[in-house]
This record gives sequence, C-alpha cells and structure tokens, in this order.
Amino acid sequence: MARELIKGNVAVAEAAMRAGLEAYFGYPITPQTELLEHLSKRMPELGRAFVQAESELGAINMVYGAACTGKRTMTSSSSPGVSLMMEGLSYIAGTELPAVLVDVVRGGPGLGNIAPAQGDYNQIVHGGGHGDYRMIVLAPASVQEAVDLTVLSFDLAEKYRSLVCVLMDGSLGQMMEPAELPPFQPLKKEIPDWAVAGIPGREKRVLTSINLNPPLQEKTNIRLMTRWQEIEKNEVRYKEYFLEDAEYVVVGFGTAGRIALSAVRAAREQGIKVGLLRPITVAPFPNEILDELSEKVKAFLVVEMNIGMMLEDVRLVVKGRKPVEFFGRVGGVVPYPDEVLEAIKSLVESPLTLEGHPRDRWLERMRAMFAEGENNG
Amino acid sequence: MVDTDVKLVYQRPAGFNDTPTHYCPGCTHGVAHRLVAEVLEEMGELGNTIGVAPVGCSVFAYNYFDFDFVEAAHGRAPAMATGIKRVYPDRIVFTYQGDGDLASIGMGEIVAAASRGELLTVIFINNTNYGMTGGQMAPTTLPGQKTTSSPTGRDVERQGYPIQTAELLSTLQGASYVVRRSMHDSRNIRQAKKAIRTAFEVQKRGLGFSMVELLSTCPTNWGMTPANARTWLSEHMIPAFPLGDYKVAQAVAELKL
Repeated sequence: MARELIKGNVAVAEAAMRAGLEAYFGYPITPQTELLEHLSKRMPELGRAFVQAESELGAINMVYGAACTGKRTMTSSSSPGVSLMMEGLSYIAGTELPAVLVDVVRGGPGLGNIAPAQGDYNQIVHGGGHGDYRMIVLAPASVQEAVDLTVLSFDLAEKYRSLVCVLMDGSLGQMMEPAELPPFQPLKKEIPDWAVAGIPGREKRVLTSINLNPPLQEKTNIRLMTRWQEIEKNEVRYKEYFLEDAEYVVVGFGTAGRIALSAVRAAREQGIKVGLLRPITVAPFPNEILDELSEKVKAFLVVEMNIGMMLEDVRLVVKGRKPVEFFGRVGGVVPYPDEVLEAIKSLVESPLTLEGHPRDRWLERMRAMFAEGENNG
Repeated sequence: MVDTDVKLVYQRPAGFNDTPTHYCPGCTHGVAHRLVAEVLEEMGELGNTIGVAPVGCSVFAYNYFDFDFVEAAHGRAPAMATGIKRVYPDRIVFTYQGDGDLASIGMGEIVAAASRGELLTVIFINNTNYGMTGGQMAPTTLPGQKTTSSPTGRDVERQGYPIQTAELLSTLQGASYVVRRSMHDSRNIRQAKKAIRTAFEVQKRGLGFSMVELLSTCPTNWGMTPANARTWLSEHMIPAFPLGDYKVAQAVAELKL
C-alpha cells in the first residue's frame, strides 16, 4: 500500500480496524476524539460494533463484555478519561482477557489541558487500577509506528490474554504524517476455548474476577506474574540510535524520545559521543540493554514530558553505577530539541555526580528558569 | 398395593443446577433465579443465553445457572452486557442486578442502556437495602426505614427519598417494556414469571430494552422472619413502589404470547 498523509488518531483507528477490530466502545475527549469519530463512520460500514458510551466507565465495561467473547475489541481515551477506566482495566486484567486501550495523553493532573504530555506513565505502567496486575505498554514516536504498534497490540493481547496499551500523546494523535496502513486482516472465526459464547450443548463457561479464597487468589496472581515474566523475556522492544561508541546515553520514549533524537543528532554534529535508547515497550521495560549500557557509558540523561516517571525505572536498572540526570517539560509543555541539546551539553560539561536525586537538580534548574523568565518579563 | 400412574408435576428447571445457593432462608433471590431459568427453558433459549451477574448478594448467580455467565463490576452490568450483545446480537443477554448495584452506583449505565434501546433484559431485585455488605441504606430504602447506615430510620431531610426505578426508566424512549412485580406470594410470583417471559420475548424479537423490577424480601437484614418479611413487603413496599406496567410499547402490547 502507498503511504498517505494521515492524522495519528485516524491512522490508529484505521489500523485497528484493519487488524480485525470487531467492537469499539469510546467516549469523546480531546485530543483523542478523531479516533472515535473515524470509527463511528467506518465500523458500521463494515457491519462491526461501535457504541459511543455514556462515559469512560461505560466504554471500558463494554470492552470488558466484548472481550469476554474473545473478539478483538478496544477503547481509546485521554488521561482524565483513562483515570475513569482504571476500575475496568483491573477487572479485565483480573479476568485475564485480551483488550486494547489507546491513551492519547494530555497535560494534567486534574482537567489539566489538551496539550501533549507523558504524565500517564505511572498510571499506565505502574498500575492505576487496583490489585496485582501488569499490562503491556507500547509507546510509538511517529504516526507510522503508532499504526504498526496498534496492529501488534491485538496480537500481543491475544497471545498473552493481556491488556495492551498504546501509549501516545496529544502531538502524535493530532499530527499528520505520511504512513502506510496495514492490509485488512480477515476476522477471526474460531472462538477461544475460554470465551463465553452462548452455544447450545457446550459446557458452560463463566468469566469472573472474583475469588473469595485468598490462597486461590494468590495462586492466580502468581500465575499472572509468571506470565508477565514470560512477556518480559519475549516482548521487550526498543530502538538504539548511535549507541555503538556512545559515551553518553539519552533515554526517552514516544514524542520525548523523538525530540531527543533531533538533539542527539545535533550533538553528534558538534562531536559529542551521545546516543539514544528509545524504549518502544515501556512495559516490559528494556532492562537488559540498559544494564549493558550502564557498564559501558559515562552517564545517562532521561528525557520525558512528565516529572520523571520513567526516570525511576531507569535508576532501578542503573543502580547508581553511573550518574543519571533528568530533563523534562511538563503540564502540556513540549520541549524543543535545543533545550534537550543544552541538557546533553550540560551533562557532558558539568561535573557528574552519583549523589542526590536527579529530579531535585532538575527542579532547581526549572525554578531558576522561571525566576529568570520573571526577571526578564 | 395398587399401581398408580406417577405424573411428574414439578422439577428443577434445566437451566438451574443443583448447587445449594448461598442465599439466606426466606430470601427471594432463589425464586427469582428459578423464574429466569424456567422462562429461558420454556423459550428454548438456554443454550443461547449469556448472563451478566452484578456485585451484591447475587454476585455468585452464575454458580446456579447452567449457561454461560460473566461477572460485572459494581453497577456496570448493563455496559458489560452491551459489549456482549453488540458482538452477539442473536444471543439472549440479560443482567441480574440489585438495587444498590442498579439504582445507585450503576444508575448511569442503566439509564444509558435503556435510552439506547439496547436489546437487553434486566432483572432488577429491589429489597430496599445493600444485602451483601450487611444491610446498609440503599436508594430504595423507605422513608423511616432503619438500616445499618440509617440507624434511626431514613430521614428524608438528610438522606433524600427512595428512587422509583421502573417509573424513572419508563420515561425513556428506548425502553419498551418496564414493569414492577412482587415476590411476596405465589400469585404475584406467577405474575412475575409472566412478566419475565414477556421481557425476554421483547429482547428476542428485537423490540427494545426490557426490565422487570421485582420487589423482594431480605429477612436477615430486615430482622424479620421470612413470613413477616413477606407481610412487610406487601404492607410497606407496595404502597411506595406500586406494582404495574410502567412502559409497554405498542409493539410489545401487540405481542401474542
């Protein structure tokens, strides 16, 4: 198929449909709404289920119901809406169902704003919903990658009977870029042996997340985490840029990773031996490559559009072996490549330290920048 | 010894297995379950049905029914049922919900499902309290009624009035069949069964959303004997929640059953 200029939200919606999406349930929220709008037209055209739900609670519980049938199902939302979905996500995880969530993250907390951000990292990667569960989280950095990862998300959801989140942000959702859409997949005919179907003569099937017997619930949770270990072993994905001879490594995902790449290229032009590690799966996290790099390089710079959430995951792997610094813009502010370049140069030029917390140093610089802005303004 | 013809006049319905229920003595959940199983068997839909259980006393309803079942989050059964029905429009999909589940935490989901005319059947158990958590005040608790969270009796000045769910849902265009019946004696139970049959027929024929509200007893949390609970229901609940057909769409009225 030829590449076409297409908006991120629309591209993801179309990709999901071509990947065999049979039931979509959603609720309008900026900057995700075009995804819902596109499917409101396309799904009925193909005789597939589309419901604009009464709320994100309604939407995720419709997904929960559809997922019980084993059909490919998804919802999409943005940060405040995803917060509302946490209940349903936990139930879906507890019932071990495949389902896909697209989170087009916006600035928060609270109502925040509709600008791009990555502040949902913690609620998506480290829980949000109650209880012991994990979900696979894929973080694209371009419209094409969002398309490809959307297709992959359905395969992974089914393979592991797991929730998969495509973690985007407002800029990826709203941006138009050339992308090649995937071919149409035929809809799956066979019904998985665990799914409810209402078929005469077959033994009854019950899908539930309740387990009043704690030792049995414990066994379930251990089984879920054992499956997660398998996911960690098989499904880690990341991209390496200029890492062969890198003395310094920037770590960033999604849009922040993409901006960081521009900065890394500019730094290379200035002779700085810096590379970029861009996790594509932020869960499972690319621990192994980061561990190897921790032995080789001089220091790390984590770049995010939040207050340093993935930063903690990086620090857990680096384990104080090398200095880790942090640069972030938050609340819907998107960093410029120049700012990241400055942060790289500062990493290279300033004395490195293993002491203290990188977030504290970053906050100090942010406050100084605000003060300077006030003095100049 | 004289040989007599033995005629079986009463047996467990096929869709209802012989697992002893966890319900308290005198509770009408078991009767309501049985009615659903009888109706689905009579309609020949047992193998074609997917049930959605709620959170509340009937959270384990799926242990007693012999067909596919899922278990929803508190109040979300109509949304979950929507997800199933939209994927399987030719299956019978129903929710079985209590008053805390449906009329409090799940009011958004039930109103939206009814207004969409979702082809679902809802069996709604109204026993004026939160049974599973030990008898707290529900949206259906009567004025003055004592519960563990309205120990001096529901004070309408501070705690508001009961919600009349059937009346409320009957105002929605998508709702085609909304009625209230009672479970306090055999005559009313027979009428409840007829209503449940109609509700499932409405769904099967694609005529719209259907709900049967069933006034039910909760002897344990009401602190009464089962017999006294039935009397209390008829004397106190029926005046507050009058029995009747609140919405019977034209197409439903014309149904010949």
